[in-house]
Amino acid sequence: MTINRRKFIQAAGAGASVLGFPAIVRAQEQAIRIGLMTVKTGPLASGGLDMERALVMYLRERNNMLAGRKVELFVADSGGVPAQARSKTQELVERDKINVMIGPLAAGEALATDDYIRQQQLPTLSVAAAEDMTQRNPNPWFVRGTSTSAQCAHALADYCIKVLKYKRMAVIADDIPYGHEMCAGFQRVFEELGGKIVQKMFPPLTVPDYGTFLAQLKTNIDGVFLGFAGSNGFRYVRQFNEYGLRGKVNIVGGMTALDEAVLRNMKIEALGIVTTCWYSAKLDNPLNKKFAAAFQAEAKYDPGFYAAATYVEAAVLENALKAVKGNIADKAAFMKALRTSKTDTVRGPVSFDSYGNVVGNVYIRKVEREEGRLVNTVIQTYPNVSQFWTYKPEEFLKNPVYSRDWPPAKNLES
Amino acid sequence: MKKIAALLLIIALLAWPFAVGEFYVNLVSQIFIAAIFAASLNLLVGYGGLPSLGHASFLGVAAYLSALISLRWGLDHSLSAPLALAGTTLMAGLFGLIALRATGLGFLMLTLALSQVLWGTANRWVALTEGDNGLRGLTRPQVFGLNLDDSTTFYFFALVVAAFSFWMIARLVASPFGAALQGTRDQARRMSTLGHNVWLIRWVAFVYAGFWGGVSGLLFVYYHKYIHPASLSLTNSAEAMLSVIAGGAGTLAGPAIGAAIILLLKNYVSAYVERWTMLLGFVFVAIVVFMPDGLVPGVKRLWARWSRR
Repeated sequence: MTINRRKFIQAAGAGASVLGFPAIVRAQEQAIRIGLMTVKTGPLASGGLDMERALVMYLRERNNMLAGRKVELFVADSGGVPAQARSKTQELVERDKINVMIGPLAAGEALATDDYIRQQQLPTLSVAAAEDMTQRNPNPWFVRGTSTSAQCAHALADYCIKVLKYKRMAVIADDIPYGHEMCAGFQRVFEELGGKIVQKMFPPLTVPDYGTFLAQLKTNIDGVFLGFAGSNGFRYVRQFNEYGLRGKVNIVGGMTALDEAVLRNMKIEALGIVTTCWYSAKLDNPLNKKFAAAFQAEAKYDPGFYAAATYVEAAVLENALKAVKGNIADKAAFMKALRTSKTDTVRGPVSFDSYGNVVGNVYIRKVEREEGRLVNTVIQTYPNVSQFWTYKPEEFLKNPVYSRDWPPAKNLES
Repeated sequence: MKKIAALLLIIALLAWPFAVGEFYVNLVSQIFIAAIFAASLNLLVGYGGLPSLGHASFLGVAAYLSALISLRWGLDHSLSAPLALAGTTLMAGLFGLIALRATGLGFLMLTLALSQVLWGTANRWVALTEGDNGLRGLTRPQVFGLNLDDSTTFYFFALVVAAFSFWMIARLVASPFGAALQGTRDQARRMSTLGHNVWLIRWVAFVYAGFWGGVSGLLFVYYHKYIHPASLSLTNSAEAMLSVIAGGAGTLAGPAIGAAIILLLKNYVSAYVERWTMLLGFVFVAIVVFMPDGLVPGVKRLWARWSRR
């Protein structure tokens, strides 16, 4: 081939166009890679599958484009096992080269991946609720758009005292840090406002039967607080009914006790129960109306905690991406954008405190029947609740982390 | 023929980190760890005829000890590693005293019970073990000034430890003691009449297996820099047992192959197949149906039949 002048100019022009365009144009051709660390096998799978469904929905609604850039989703299944969550995070980072991770689901998984996330400087939008990840040992690469274990329980305790006028209560929760932390937060606020926690029970996570715990339950109390996860709340309430306790003792519940995902299997026994969460499928805002209807159409049940979690995190992610004009490669700037972002989401406005944890609305909800199915109707809103409730962060952090034994239960009656 | 195959394997293992990405390097590092763990269990199951469902105790306790010693006492790895191994071996001695009161199913139940006690302790003694939150903030040691945080360096570290472990286990199996151990497996009563102390032989094998289980535990905690009660759980013991059975109990290479299969299914195939646990089940059914004594003896038999033709 001989090179004539025309061919030379063509080639040079092509070369110049490759070299000359600003880097950002070429960068756009590369997709942003999002990793979802979820649980698709084992006892936590129902929540984990909801997480995936909602995130896929969010991306599909935007044609897999966020902030003008194409996104690709990589999903990993940790099985809820911490060591495997770590291997799977490595897989997402080292093989799939993700830019940002959403998840994991369970506290143990988040703690297992904590130092790896720091080492890789991987921006992570977590769903797991473990308190200390955004408190005494905060990870600079973390944000959490959902809540800590006790964030919603604080508000419910306030509601129990001020509106329901409860004075004496029992608490029962799964015997895992999530359950301990939730009960501890509830107890702290409840007792500081003059109430008394007279009984604490922590049945094992996989207890097949709540009979012995129901037999122990005091009946000279105003109510019992349920700090259950998964389907345990559902099983407890059903047995509570069978033992004839309905009407004798009131039930209030934490954020996963009567989630929409289990509510669909319940009947009259759940009616009237008050729970707290940062979300309800019945929330009256335009974003949620659209989301809840679309989710209901696809899954045939209402979105709950886990579905809303990834949907909220995705909205936060999109907003932060817009702030940095899609340039996720500058991790520090992107992380700053995440932490300073203010996003309107299906749960209401979301912003973050300096520890990376959400400041957002917490809702008190009541189980009601609507169109033939049970729903969590919002009856009161606590606006802009932080993980520290009304305490000063510095003073809050001086205390030990919430646990089985802290705050100490001084009013237990045997 | 065998020498060529061995040489090829060595070259492949040495070249691996330079040929593939970080993820695959880490994947094989994890296979080394699982292989040591399975090989130590194989001493009991394969050579001693002692099916144990509590082997995770040794992995977990060594990992927890190493983590606790460095976290609570602030000791360096050069002290915490030997202390953790010594503690694990001591525990293996004690557990051996209890579990070896029985053989067969009784032994299985006793080892299971003992390991469940440890699992429960790790879950419930929150003040010591942080319970379900697990222990974090751990580090990898510096070996001869090499930084093990780098995945390739860790790969070679794990490779060296695994090679040494396998060599030590092979030495034991090939020794007169190994022959005696296999004797107690096949003809315990005859061994006894011949004047061998069957109980003592089993106990020594149990302690030795516990020690190497502890070694894999150290590697495990170095690799993950995190330890959770799940590593003491029955699932973990059962996975090692399955590796041994799938690969071929009573062979040296079997547990390594079995461990590799399980780890690949768990960490690699699971990215493509959602119901990978089901696939794991099918693989085991297939192995049991077509090669009931495990992959390594099964493939050997096929090879022999093929080469005779």
